[in-house]
Amino acid sequence: MADYLNSYLFIGAILFTLGAFGVLVRRNIIVVLLSVELMLQGVNLSLGAFSTFYHDMGGYMLVLLSLAIAAAEAVVGLAILVALSRHVDEFYVDRLKSLRW
Amino acid sequence: MSDLACTWLGLMATIFGLGTVLLRSPVHSALSLVMVVFHVAGLFVLMGAGFLAALQVIVYAGAIIVLFLFTMMLLNLEQHDNEPHMHRYQKWLGFPLGGALLIEATWIALAQANPSETLLGKYSPERLSELGGTAFGIADAMFTSYLLPFEVAGVLLLAASVAALSLARKPDEDIMKAMPDMVSDAAGSMTQPSVQESKLNQSPTERGDNH
Amino acid sequence: MSEAPWLIPLSPLIAFAINGSLGPRYLKRATGIVGSLGILASFLLTIGLWLDLPKEDSQREYILYRWLESGSLRIDIGFTLDELTVVMLLVVTGVSFLIHVYSNAYMDHDNSFARFFTWLPLFVFSMIMLVMANNFLSLFVFWEMVGVCSYFLIGFWHNRDSANNAAMKAFITNRVGDFGFAAGIFLIFWNFGTVNYSEVHGAIGTITNGAATTIALLLFIGAMGKSAQFPLHIWLPDAMEGPTPVSALIHAATMVTAGIFMVGRNIPIFEAGGVSLIVIGGIGAFTALFAATIAVTQTDIKRVLAYSTVSQLGLMFLALGSGAYVAALFHLATHAFFKALLFLGSGSVIHSMQNEQNMHEYGGLKSKLPWTYATYVIGGLALSAIFPLAGFWSKDEILAGAFFRGASSNGDVLFLLFWIMGLTASLLTAFYTFRMIHLTFHGMPRNRALYDHAHESPWLMILPLVLLAVLSIAAGIGLGFPPEHGIIHDYLHHVIHSKHFELTGDSTIIVSLAIISTAIALIGVMAASSIYQRGRPRPEAMGKLFPALYTLSYKKYYVDELVEILVIKSSKAAGFVLWAIDAKLVDGMVNLLGWLIKAFSSIGRRVQTGQVQNYVLIMATGLVVSLGIIMVMQ
Repeated sequence: MADYLNSYLFIGAILFTLGAFGVLVRRNIIVVLLSVELMLQGVNLSLGAFSTFYHDMGGYMLVLLSLAIAAAEAVVGLAILVALSRHVDEFYVDRLKSLRW
Repeated sequence: MSDLACTWLGLMATIFGLGTVLLRSPVHSALSLVMVVFHVAGLFVLMGAGFLAALQVIVYAGAIIVLFLFTMMLLNLEQHDNEPHMHRYQKWLGFPLGGALLIEATWIALAQANPSETLLGKYSPERLSELGGTAFGIADAMFTSYLLPFEVAGVLLLAASVAALSLARKPDEDIMKAMPDMVSDAAGSMTQPSVQESKLNQSPTERGDNH
Repeated sequence: MSEAPWLIPLSPLIAFAINGSLGPRYLKRATGIVGSLGILASFLLTIGLWLDLPKEDSQREYILYRWLESGSLRIDIGFTLDELTVVMLLVVTGVSFLIHVYSNAYMDHDNSFARFFTWLPLFVFSMIMLVMANNFLSLFVFWEMVGVCSYFLIGFWHNRDSANNAAMKAFITNRVGDFGFAAGIFLIFWNFGTVNYSEVHGAIGTITNGAATTIALLLFIGAMGKSAQFPLHIWLPDAMEGPTPVSALIHAATMVTAGIFMVGRNIPIFEAGGVSLIVIGGIGAFTALFAATIAVTQTDIKRVLAYSTVSQLGLMFLALGSGAYVAALFHLATHAFFKALLFLGSGSVIHSMQNEQNMHEYGGLKSKLPWTYATYVIGGLALSAIFPLAGFWSKDEILAGAFFRGASSNGDVLFLLFWIMGLTASLLTAFYTFRMIHLTFHGMPRNRALYDHAHESPWLMILPLVLLAVLSIAAGIGLGFPPEHGIIHDYLHHVIHSKHFELTGDSTIIVSLAIISTAIALIGVMAASSIYQRGRPRPEAMGKLFPALYTLSYKKYYVDELVEILVIKSSKAAGFVLWAIDAKLVDGMVNLLGWLIKAFSSIGRRVQTGQVQNYVLIMATGLVVSLGIIMVMQ
């Protein structure tokens, strides 16, 4: 099984779907951010597998870049969280609806 | 042996992924995500990309998720109340939607991805297995063919760190003077020491009044 | 002086600029001196122009510069240098100067002294430019300028509501006339392709009689507004809300005669315009009689004079209509002198009676105000056209002109009727003038408190009165003797002469006409004296004799009320209907559209929940659906 691309892609798909599910249903904003990281894990796994099985370095490079992007996203997201704690002190996403109407 | 490892790692990643999504406490979720990262790193090793596995562990588990944990600690995000941790209506939509997405993604993964000889890239199988995920191979590619994306990623990180600074810092003194409205806003969420500080500043005059 | 005629309007303009910019802060009382000197310079320059008037026709138009040029329309800022201009300029600047001198004393206690002496020179400038204009557009521009100055000066005491309303009434009533005037100028340009006087007059034969009539009548509507002819006369009595020197200068001597001047300037157009002269004569005669009957019962001294002015202006239009053009301008000049005199005299009375204008509060002022009394009687005699004062010569010529126009073989019999109306107006003029004099100066004082404080005005006010009184005595015989061949006739004959009418007759007829009008004036004087001289004037007794007539006259024939109902109320009603249509129908449709959009969007906006996860859910649904479609397609 370890020699097949499909098995890695399957695991990646599962991780991505789980992450997406978490983004959709969790109320706590930090868990939503964690779920986004989980989605990225699934994508990274798929990219690495593609690179390995297609004999191209591009996938590894994309994994590295997505690492950088994940780091940036986490930093900015958490900074927004800190600013949010200053202003409203509310971390349930479904209660943050001042964008409404 | 490797088949067993692959199965085991995939299974555990899935279980910890479920844990990330479903566990009530955010701290538990984060720790569960750390476990996912470890198992994905194991899968990278299985693929032969050892350097990426190391990066995964160092950057994800060691930096990003620890950052999350620090933030939770600082902001006291641990959920103590009895409120549901999932969205009220959306969770019933999330299940079928997630299921459908899983089916579709799996179908794409299984039906579309058929590696063949024609899709061979720049590196021969021998060369790739020799260099693979080693630091040498990665560096060779990164500083030649992928130099521009590398630099752009650097700029992105710089921008992100500047953005994080400006978002998360406390309002400046002069800004507070310039915007009296913001002062009252900020005073509400001001941390304990600064409130005490302002009380200390007032105390001499109060004492003077008492005399 | 004919090389630089622009100096004449320049000096009042400079006075205006100095007083307007420096007056309120630095000059204060000195603005009066600046203004008076500016007008005096203008008057002296006018005398220079008079002595140096060019003889050749080609030099009689002085072009200062080309103002605008658009297609075939070319407008110059230019001056007409002829005898008519000189006569008008002498009257305007001369009377203006005397009134400026008078105002120095009259306005002495007013806080807005500098403002008064800002607008007054501006008015004189505009009036000079109006008189000197060489084309209709300049005429119209300065026609409006004098209207604006009149507006400012009627509303000079702007903290009084009545003054503000009177100023607005004057301005708006004049708009009605100006509408006709502007339309007439448009028609002139349409027909002749030019608005220059001499070019239009030269080409007058090229247009049809109907077009000329239309133009003439439209121009006359403008003259009716400016010169307060029925039914556009309503603004002039209210304009007496302004300071008395303003009433004397603008609303008696100069601005209101602009209509007469305009018709006199454009006699070729009016003579080409068929019936227009008869219309002018008819409206003039009717206004003369109509206003005189109102003046008989008014109690406000300035209103009596105002209606008298309307009446005299009517007589001038009667003269123009009859073809006795020189007589009209002759009367314009003499009227400027004696009506300015009367207004300034009434100002002197009002000044000494602490701004009381009701004649029933006067009485017995003869001994208190000897100079004012003497000059006032001279003015009154001149207004009543008693031989040999100024009014006699000019008014007699007007009436004779109307008579000859009616009686001559190619004349119009209607003018005999107008002549009788004019005669009746003269009778009433003499009556109300001496009623005013008796009520004011004779008899017993009726308001002892005011009487005791009365005192003769300062010499700065008396001096203009005396000079005007001299002019009121001498102007008639000096300028107009012998009748039809006096100095003014010979002087103006070159510019103003009728191509159609020969208004001369037997000397016996002329003399008998003069005797008739003098006798009628004397009857009026006697009647007034017999009723009002006894010291116990009882107008209420007169009122009881003819209660309906008295009320009708006292209420000014309800013209104001009629205008209120016919024009103002109906415009308001029409405006209300239009407002209702706009507010209910038009706005309703717009509101309906807005409401519909709001209704639809109130459904649509529910999509925007403000919850990020809802948006993500929709994105995810989109992803699943599109992937599903790909799956099925494969």
